[in-house]
Amino acid sequence: MGYPHPIHSSETPVLSTHFGDAPARTVAGWQERGGYAALKAALAMAPTEIIDTVKASGLRGRGGAGFPTGLKWSFMPTGDGKPHYLVCNADESEPGTFKDREIMRWTPHALIEGCAIASYAIGAEQCYIYIRGEFTEPWSIMEAAVAEAYAEGVLGDHAMGSKHRIDMVLHRGAGAYICGEETALMNSLEGKRGNPRIKPPFPAQAGLFGRPTTINNVETLAAVPHILTRGAEWYAGLCAGNKKSTGTKLISVCGHVMKPGNYELTMGTAMSELIFDMCGGMRPGRTLKAVIPGGSSVPILNAAEADTCILDYEGVVEAGSMLGSGGMIVMDDSTDMVYEIYRLAKFYAHESCAQCTQCREGTAWTTKILARILAGKGTVEDLDLLLDLADNMTGKTICVLSDSCAAPVVSGIKKFRNEFDDYLTAKKAPVLVGI
Amino acid sequence: MNHVPVAEVPFEPVFTGPALAKLEALFPLYPTKQACLLPALWIVQETRGWIAPAAMAEVAALLDVTPAYVRGVVTFYTMYHQHPMGRHVIQVCTTSPCHLCGAGETLKAILKETGCRELGATSPDGRFTVVEAECLGACGFATPILVGNDFIESVTPERVPGLLQRYE
Repeated sequence: MGYPHPIHSSETPVLSTHFGDAPARTVAGWQERGGYAALKAALAMAPTEIIDTVKASGLRGRGGAGFPTGLKWSFMPTGDGKPHYLVCNADESEPGTFKDREIMRWTPHALIEGCAIASYAIGAEQCYIYIRGEFTEPWSIMEAAVAEAYAEGVLGDHAMGSKHRIDMVLHRGAGAYICGEETALMNSLEGKRGNPRIKPPFPAQAGLFGRPTTINNVETLAAVPHILTRGAEWYAGLCAGNKKSTGTKLISVCGHVMKPGNYELTMGTAMSELIFDMCGGMRPGRTLKAVIPGGSSVPILNAAEADTCILDYEGVVEAGSMLGSGGMIVMDDSTDMVYEIYRLAKFYAHESCAQCTQCREGTAWTTKILARILAGKGTVEDLDLLLDLADNMTGKTICVLSDSCAAPVVSGIKKFRNEFDDYLTAKKAPVLVGI
Repeated sequence: MNHVPVAEVPFEPVFTGPALAKLEALFPLYPTKQACLLPALWIVQETRGWIAPAAMAEVAALLDVTPAYVRGVVTFYTMYHQHPMGRHVIQVCTTSPCHLCGAGETLKAILKETGCRELGATSPDGRFTVVEAECLGACGFATPILVGNDFIESVTPERVPGLLQRYE
């Protein structure tokens, strides 16, 4: 549902069915709503059977990269005799994204159930859920839910009364966007600074504590019980024709729309329907100027591109951006694009772990140059300099934080050049900002 | 920066009694002691309100790492306070989505109401410290703020005085 708004008729509630339904937060409440049946069934299945079902469903990672989940699970070694780990990435920090928060707040047992199934499928007896430090409310709800799951025998040495051990530990982050990157998250969990690691080795070979590890996003894992209960075919059928993008996706909509919130859509829904119908359109008297469709790390779309954009992995790429985490930032005609791009660059400069030169220097200088342009002291050469920097920041670093900073700058200069020119030619009054 | 002065008293160890028991209960959950570093630092901050260099050394000894290593970790994460803070730390989200929806005005109202002269400063009465936070992950409910552990959504300048009243 477009929580806190009622479910819109064009939504397909699966994960969000029980958003706002507080009694679903207990084990008994979750079971009354059909919960934990999938886990019980899973524990009687062969792990490969579960992986095949998830593969057939077409489920792809909901954290941003869109990697096929079943395939990722199949990379885990079998019969290696080593401990395996499942890590749930609940470090939701991508500006514009606030869906995992609602999953944890309203349906903690959906996540616990998904984690337990995934753990069993990949041969892990231990699961860690890494929750960002700022999520105090989801943390306490998850803490109570995990404790109850142990008390009720859902978790522990004999999960759901089976012979399988599934342990679950919540781990609290402490304020670092970069810890949402999977290898940085693992370092953070090991008690280190959250610096991303060079890949390979990939987590399935050497991940958390050097052991085979699978790391999945909250929304991905929460979808797994539904796939097992209702079948891979049902899930794969939730699309508008493109078989590469299946299922439902929670789209977090924020910014200048009348009804911001989380909307659960079948893959392939039109962006214009989401913005103008479900979200109630722009504020009175305003028109759409730009959309950042997949969390702040993806290229900006202008109004014309947004108008024809289809919301699935391939559709948003075709429109010139990426679906990412599904955090949609909507901007109307009152928006100063130069300022917003500066503000995004400042975010990345603040969050850079500073390991790689291109990122450490690139994010900082991008911010400084944008601040200079805003202050009315920029030159036309500064735009070339920004693009040159962006080029050096793309595809050259350990992780993609640097690329994420470059994306809005490059697309912003390309699509909203006139707004930069207004500052360069003093047509617009300077804005003084901190860096 | 207007920090609360540090009282010149000898350092009292954090990890005695319940705090130590809480930390020791975490050890079996991880294959290494070092993995308990972030949780240990949270225990320090919950107990003392900030993480003093002496507390970093204490954590280091308990987890078999060096004090310099602990300091390296503390400084990486923005939520760990390296100096004393006001009784209530207010984190205000000002990242792009919230900025679009007026977070700047909300931040100004909070600074005015608390009497904090600038970001990172503590109010003269020691009640509040106000900091900017990068994306609190509630972009649809602009502007979210965290007061201590209380997460409050949809804060507007008009709501600020009423919201802060209950924090003494």
